[in-house]
Amino acid sequence: MNRPAEFEAPTASVRGLLEKLGEGRLSVRDRLAIPPQEMPAQDPAARRGNMDEVALGYSEEQARLEALRCLQCKNAPCIASCPVGIDIPGFIAEIAAGRYAESLAVLKKSNLFPAICGRVCPQEVQCQATCTVGKSLKSLDKAVSIGRLERFAADRERESGRLEVPAVKPATGKRVAVVGSGPAGLAAAADLAKEGHAVTIFEAFHKPGGVMIYGIPEFRLPKDIVGREIEALEQMGVEIRTNFLVGRTRSLKDLLDRDGFAAVFIGSGAGLPKFMDIPGENLIGVFSANEYLTRSNLMRAYDLQHADTPIFKAKRMAVLGGGNVAMDAARTAVRMGAEKVFLVYRRTEREMPARVEEVAHAREEGVVFRFLESPTRILGDERKRVTGMECLSYTLGDPDASGRRSPVAVPGSEHLLDVDAVIVAIGNESHPLLLQTNPEIAVSRRGNIITDETGKTSMDRVYAGGDIVLGAATVILAMGEGRRAAASINRLLAEE
Amino acid sequence: MNKIIRKVRLSDEVYKIVVEAPLIAAERRPGQFVIVQRDTDFGERIPLTIADADPRAGTITMVFQTVGKSTHNLALLEEGDSIANLLGPLGRPTKIEKVGTVVCVGGGIGAAPLYPIAQGMKKAGNRLVVIIGARNRGLVIMEEEMRAIADELIVVTDDGSYGRKALVTEPLKELCDGDPRPDMVVAIGPPIMMKFCVETTRPFGIHTVVSLNTIMIDGTGMCGGCRVTVGGKTKFVCVDGPEFDGHQVDFSNMLARMGAYKEHENEAHDRCHIDMQVKKLEKERGEKA
Repeated sequence: MNRPAEFEAPTASVRGLLEKLGEGRLSVRDRLAIPPQEMPAQDPAARRGNMDEVALGYSEEQARLEALRCLQCKNAPCIASCPVGIDIPGFIAEIAAGRYAESLAVLKKSNLFPAICGRVCPQEVQCQATCTVGKSLKSLDKAVSIGRLERFAADRERESGRLEVPAVKPATGKRVAVVGSGPAGLAAAADLAKEGHAVTIFEAFHKPGGVMIYGIPEFRLPKDIVGREIEALEQMGVEIRTNFLVGRTRSLKDLLDRDGFAAVFIGSGAGLPKFMDIPGENLIGVFSANEYLTRSNLMRAYDLQHADTPIFKAKRMAVLGGGNVAMDAARTAVRMGAEKVFLVYRRTEREMPARVEEVAHAREEGVVFRFLESPTRILGDERKRVTGMECLSYTLGDPDASGRRSPVAVPGSEHLLDVDAVIVAIGNESHPLLLQTNPEIAVSRRGNIITDETGKTSMDRVYAGGDIVLGAATVILAMGEGRRAAASINRLLAEE
Repeated sequence: MNKIIRKVRLSDEVYKIVVEAPLIAAERRPGQFVIVQRDTDFGERIPLTIADADPRAGTITMVFQTVGKSTHNLALLEEGDSIANLLGPLGRPTKIEKVGTVVCVGGGIGAAPLYPIAQGMKKAGNRLVVIIGARNRGLVIMEEEMRAIADELIVVTDDGSYGRKALVTEPLKELCDGDPRPDMVVAIGPPIMMKFCVETTRPFGIHTVVSLNTIMIDGTGMCGGCRVTVGGKTKFVCVDGPEFDGHQVDFSNMLARMGAYKEHENEAHDRCHIDMQVKKLEKERGEKA
């Protein structure tokens, strides 16, 4: 990959800034004058034809320049807007000083998986949204690129070949089961293992990692990065059992009553994909984003030479939705050779929940955004294959409960979009299996597990967190939930 | 784990394997299925219904037909080999209760997953009639097992090479016309057979359960690939099924959906046959040299 050349001797501009910093003379004005550092990326034309990571990461010089842009605010609003409260000025100061291992250590105090979060967190609505630099320069785009710096610190350590395995306390002899190996489960497992408990993660799929393996594509989150984090967990003594569906292979009750687990954390994630409930949705060529992405990512269908699992070859595809999953599906379709990929979203670009960087990357790759549009039905031929999609145009009306202006259909605006495949990326229902197999766990009307503020469910010794509690959320929120529940379990087991 | 204890070739294309899977053997109920994958990196995940289980020995039995690349590859595993990944038991178990007379119809390898259901129905106190149908004599399976539990057993073949020359729907219709009329029908087999069984019982209003084997990836309620239209609503075979009221199933949509990847599958199947041929020739040549 054309990674930028390694930074050896600081260039004159950086050297000047570093000298000032060393002498305590680097002023706010100096810092604000440093231009925001763009992260190098693969050329859009080239990356349309490969699965390699798009964003290439900062060079050392770029990272230190970007780090010097941080004002080291005393009140640090960024920390308050980070779901896991990372000491952001702290880790950035270490990068500015060239102490990368120390920077990573600061990150790891609050976030076990910085290489992942640096890539997939929606920083522009979290830490970077409140950054003083962005506010001073009157542009959110000019906030310190906290995510890119987080990624830099983590990558630097990984590329050095070291695998840092957190210290583990002496064994307590107590067993804890973790259901699901996605962000919530991995984060919980790490904190439980550190405390000295014997942790077993149960994963239904044949590979661990949850949404980071089956959902988020290689070009956004390389699988070897997730693999390294899991490897570190295994070195901490965490056992991972794949092909094990708690509730079917073994009941939750049996894990507690017969298998000797003192507590269980459920982080089983979101469940059944939502569909639009419009005519034609069961035609051939209509897929949930879950299915399309799982085929490509987990089953590696993009590797046509080796994979046994097929993936639908679309010429003209419509992707419904405006979140990161929709972007991932659209960009996967581009890579699978679709000539035209439309992203159809009911509202406007402002309301799209996807990360700004993903939207920009999708656009560069040729995805055509169609805003204020939503389908009414999908049309098919006599072989029941998709031939088109009828849509209505929308305008934006008054704000709804979520504060977003709700879309209003324009009567008589029906029109046809010429597509042969449709991917539905409008979110997930809660998982039905837990309801089916564990009636004693209380769930909300929408089927999400109800927990108290410690992450405990209505069933004794059973905790939950992540999408199964929150509904569809983000990797970092799920990790935060996993850690909170792990802390509660650690307290519970310490008292016994 | 997942070691193949016994492998029996039941006919040209049909294999029975007994696999070490103690947890699944202990938990499985009639009607449930497993997901099998031969190669962790590039293999396909395929759903197979559980034909039998022995909780004491810790084994489950599956019967499958080599219809494509993945099932061919599975058939290449021998006793002592292990299946890389095996997940289950999945799906809702069959609702087994005493209703009176139950007719169990098994087409082709469908007779295998039908067996534990027929067993359950008999044990629940029903009068059990079993119809086994196959293309020809070589493809008739489970005959002895079924004979041992059924009050009446009817075997039919398409070409008349064994039993009666008929499709399963013929004796099924006769039973529906007879007295006492069956109280319930369970039909498992190729989708087209289940479709015609359902059409046969529909005029009689006899509750007919079918077990669907659609395309699936995870089998746990995540991908939605297995969805079918049942009673005008979208249902997921992996978590809502695999069994449904046959009279409510939109078979024409289901049949079309099962052909979604036909071109790819045919190509992969052809390539797989060519590869096997090449390997065979290479082996022969190697032996001569």
